[in-house]
Amino acid sequence: MLTAIAFYVFSAILIAAAFMVVAARNPVHSVLFLIMAFFNAAALFVLLGAEFLAMILVVVYVGAVAVLFLFVVMMLDVDFAKLKSGAQQYVLAGLAVGGLLALELIFVVAYHWNITPHALQAAAAATPVGVSNTVALGRILYTDYVYYFEVAGLVLLVAMIGAIVLTLRARPGVRRQSVWRQVSRTPENSMDLVDVKPGQGDKA
Amino acid sequence: MNIQADLLTLLPELILAIGAMAALLIGAVRGDKSTNFLSILMVLLMIAAGYFVLMAPDAGAFHGAFIVDGFSRFAKLVVLSSAALCVLMAQRFFEEEGRVRFELPVLIGLSTLGMMLMVSAANFVSLYLGLELQSLALYVLAAFNRDSQRSVEAGLKYFVLGALSSGMLLYGISLIYGFTGTTEFAGVAQVIKASGVGIGLIFGLVFLIAGLAFKLSAVPFHMWAPDVYEGAPTPIVAFFTTAAKVAAFAMFIRAIIIPFPDALHQWRQIIEFVSVLSMGLGAFAAIGQTNIKRLMAYSSIGHMGYALLGLAAGTVMGVQGMLFYLAFYAVTNIGVFVCIQAMRRDGEAVETISDLAGLARSRPRMAFALAALMLSLAGLPPLAGIFAKIYVFLAAVEAHLYVLAGLGFLASCVGAYYYLRIVKVMYFDEPAKPFDREMGRGMGTILALSTAFTVLFVFIPGPLIAAALTAAQALFR
Repeated sequence: MLTAIAFYVFSAILIAAAFMVVAARNPVHSVLFLIMAFFNAAALFVLLGAEFLAMILVVVYVGAVAVLFLFVVMMLDVDFAKLKSGAQQYVLAGLAVGGLLALELIFVVAYHWNITPHALQAAAAATPVGVSNTVALGRILYTDYVYYFEVAGLVLLVAMIGAIVLTLRARPGVRRQSVWRQVSRTPENSMDLVDVKPGQGDKA
Repeated sequence: MNIQADLLTLLPELILAIGAMAALLIGAVRGDKSTNFLSILMVLLMIAAGYFVLMAPDAGAFHGAFIVDGFSRFAKLVVLSSAALCVLMAQRFFEEEGRVRFELPVLIGLSTLGMMLMVSAANFVSLYLGLELQSLALYVLAAFNRDSQRSVEAGLKYFVLGALSSGMLLYGISLIYGFTGTTEFAGVAQVIKASGVGIGLIFGLVFLIAGLAFKLSAVPFHMWAPDVYEGAPTPIVAFFTTAAKVAAFAMFIRAIIIPFPDALHQWRQIIEFVSVLSMGLGAFAAIGQTNIKRLMAYSSIGHMGYALLGLAAGTVMGVQGMLFYLAFYAVTNIGVFVCIQAMRRDGEAVETISDLAGLARSRPRMAFALAALMLSLAGLPPLAGIFAKIYVFLAAVEAHLYVLAGLGFLASCVGAYYYLRIVKVMYFDEPAKPFDREMGRGMGTILALSTAFTVLFVFIPGPLIAAALTAAQALFR
């Protein structure tokens, strides 16, 4: 009962937020609604018992992607009102495509979708009793699948090296702070003590 | 699972991975002036990895994700030796260009690591991860001359089309997984044996072959090759056509032969089609080229077609012929690209075929070596190339693919024309202005070794052919 109420509340907010992403006039509001939609989707995952997916959704989509969106929206001077101005004329085409997708979805659900028994067996690897699915995933990710995990890490390392190789340019004439030189300065090599005689001024 | 045994199986790859990361650290601290040291370090690491590859017994690791057998050993040794030579070539090239950067040996090392993982992959997931590790480093290497518009264009084209091919490959893999319920090669083979080949599985197979053929630049997935080869730095192109091609081919063979032995009729049609088109396009499109790197790109497309003949046969002899073909192709291409790299005039690299005019008079030794290599690529007896071609053609005939073998023979006759034209330009045309200077002792040695292999192979053909046979038999056990 309580789960059902929670499901309908989260779903309703999710759909409303998703609608507002498209409908909001201010692009910053759109992104904020997007974040709200992500949070509600994460809540739905929690209701399904997939708390790992929920966390990933929050960490990756809210934490990284949405913030990135926000940066782009606020830093770049894009006139969103102008971009949206012609949207009305595509309503029919949009409705047609959307209707087609909905129809396909109905077909998929209505007809029996054949899945090989092997795939069902693979899908049936249930969460071990007594641990949450995050723990269960962690256990196999760092043991059975450590090879894939580490190779994926190497792929990301190459991506990072590549980004630096292709874009980092040493700019000439930049004055950098050198801590070593600052610390190794002594009074002897940075000060001149001059004994100035009264009335004669500094002749140095 | 015994983690120690698994790590020991992975020892050559670990050496290369940890070595490359250590090199990255050294480079980050000491800057670009350490590049020479890092290049030598990387070559030593590859030699060490090669030694352990040679010594390691057959084994599987990480629940069948990674496998060591005679086949992987042969391919890895070819990959490692050509990669080591490419590191040396690249060091020399970028020194001459004055654009030395320490990431170069690191990226070549990591890419080579990806190739070794590809060759040893016995599971579609590890295959894909190895492939991406290799490709991602190659995209960056293609654009390494980032101030040259052509190099950046090459890198971008390679990246976009490579991403497209990865998409197709993954789509194929996901279909195969969906219809068999496993990503392991052996598991897929079992399911096909038990329940036959369904239409969905064939779809997956087609996408898989399309994605893999992209990496080989086989027709009709070859569009990227000429542009990328023309724009990328010369030693990097040498790396593309030797180590990368060998690794992609070895991965291709394993990913077709092991999981789909009972779908031979289904994939043979596709391979035959791709092979004939590659041989034809390689032969005809190369005729009009004036840029020697573009010419080598079309030559590479053609040679991939010949090598695919062996796969179309689908027999031990076919795979043996292919492996032998790849080894011959890698050795020959290294020599050719050493020559292309030595084509410098007034401090600039020149790349047109007419720049080679009269080379026989200004640089007789280089002209002789290049002529021998070109004739070998054309398949003239008694050079090494003819033996490679004979092996794949015989395998095709033995599998009753007479038409295919005949078309291959015709294509190689047409292809001989443009190789002979280079020889003619070098020996009979009026000399152009000579090149800046000799290629240097190191590059000269590499060229001499490559030429010696080509010319002297006829006297001692045994060891390499026997090694290719052992490697091929490992797949059909």
